[in-house]
Amino acid sequence: MIKLSAVYILTGVVFTAFAVLSAMDRNNAKRFGNAAFWGLVAVSYLAGDHLGDLGNGVLVMGLAAIAGFGLLGRGQPATTSPAERKALAERFGEKLFIPALTLPVVVAFGVLVLKPMAFGGTPLLDPKQATPISLALAAVIAVAVALILLRQPLISPLQEGRRLMDTVGWAAMLPQMLAALGAIFALAGVGQVIGDLVTTWIPMDARLTAVAVYCLGMAGFTMIMGNAFAAFPVMTAGIGLPILIHKFGGDPAVVASIGMLSGFCGTLMTPLAANFNLVPAALLELPDRYAVIKAQIPTALPLLIANVVLMYVLAFR
Amino acid sequence: MLTLLGVAAVVVGFAVRLNPLLVVTIAAFVTGIAAGLTPVEVLEAFGKAFNENRFVTAAYLVLPVIGVVERAGLQERARSLIARFKGVSVGPFLIGYLAFRQLTSALGLTSIAGHAQSVRPMVAPMAEGAVEARTGELSDETRQDVRAMASATDNIGLFFGEDIFIAIGSILLMVGFLASSGIVIEPLHLSMWAIPTAIIAFVLHAGRLLLFDRKLRRGPGV
Repeated sequence: MIKLSAVYILTGVVFTAFAVLSAMDRNNAKRFGNAAFWGLVAVSYLAGDHLGDLGNGVLVMGLAAIAGFGLLGRGQPATTSPAERKALAERFGEKLFIPALTLPVVVAFGVLVLKPMAFGGTPLLDPKQATPISLALAAVIAVAVALILLRQPLISPLQEGRRLMDTVGWAAMLPQMLAALGAIFALAGVGQVIGDLVTTWIPMDARLTAVAVYCLGMAGFTMIMGNAFAAFPVMTAGIGLPILIHKFGGDPAVVASIGMLSGFCGTLMTPLAANFNLVPAALLELPDRYAVIKAQIPTALPLLIANVVLMYVLAFR
Repeated sequence: MLTLLGVAAVVVGFAVRLNPLLVVTIAAFVTGIAAGLTPVEVLEAFGKAFNENRFVTAAYLVLPVIGVVERAGLQERARSLIARFKGVSVGPFLIGYLAFRQLTSALGLTSIAGHAQSVRPMVAPMAEGAVEARTGELSDETRQDVRAMASATDNIGLFFGEDIFIAIGSILLMVGFLASSGIVIEPLHLSMWAIPTAIIAFVLHAGRLLLFDRKLRRGPGV
């Protein structure tokens, strides 16, 4: 059975290469900062399970310190110039799309075909991790396709990968760190405190008020936690179940489903959902870190109001 | 109440644009210590959770192939390809991508597209190309607006498609939570009730994309 640990080894090897190539990059004044940062990430993937909790904690502090004190630069591996790219684009034509489109095809193949496969009762892929495993498999196959089809230098996947990784920079580690912060919040009972505050201070005698508090609360709480999954149990235990479902007799399926989607409206509006909102801004080289959030708010807010109306109309038929 | 100090640290830290990795670390310590943990216990809990969430960052494995195709001119090709289809304007183009992302996510194929593997190499350059074909070279500001809108469209398509798939994480969470509260619900029921919001999300965002298109067509300065 292929497990996530295989993906971690591959990831660790790739980040080791990023670190080594960063250290050798004389065009980057902060090359050792980059080498240390990606090197720590590599250690986490290759040895994270042997470092112990404290060791991993120290590793995270190292990442935060390198990023926080501005020691991370941007590597400049030798790449093709804009003029060369135009010429190459003419030469290769639509062939250029093939490696990029290999990714979705292999991921879909992994999820739809490989995931259900089993040999002698043992599944081929760890069923809980089929998507990340498929994605890693797709990444490897697509690199091979690109190298063969486009005849690029053998080192180019690692050098170009490093170029993009440096473009994302510290933001790359933010989603994982926020997930860890979520665990600390859970440990400290932050959700419970906020849930209690909402239910204590806002009167919910009218059905519409209760629906609005639940939906807006899901969105607001998601914005604070960065994740609708963290908000759902708290808000549903505090308002959804006792008031909307038990007191007013709402349909649980409608309440839960539209409640979760109200949380997703919050996800569109918070920097704490870093992988959806901040990482793309870095990837697309937008100078405003919050540009993607700003583009989403005008859709998210009316959609949130629509969710309140939908739940009010559909849950109490 | 003291436990909320960490939340306050996050809000302030992000608002004044401190480095987010530092903000998160500080917030973890503030929250943990306010809840009665020792600093070492916070560090251990933080490190443990970081290690358990490594799958989040493994997604960057797609960057090497994206880098190689960029090196060979994919972005330039994507831009000129769309320019050849004179009839395709940025609004309808992104509406098509929105529909594609919602429909495939509804089938559970959430990872077949995304910011690194499709928006940066293909969708954003094509959106830029579609505008360029009509108005000529883009100003930096317009280019950034188009890119941000392409990313926003990816997120909205993903979020309001995935909940229609019965085996997605959020549906399983809801089923589990309701079951532990004594309410048994079929996943299909939950995913069915995600459809009305999905339709409204599509209509709202598609409308915005058409307005965005019209604004760009009027050109800069208006």
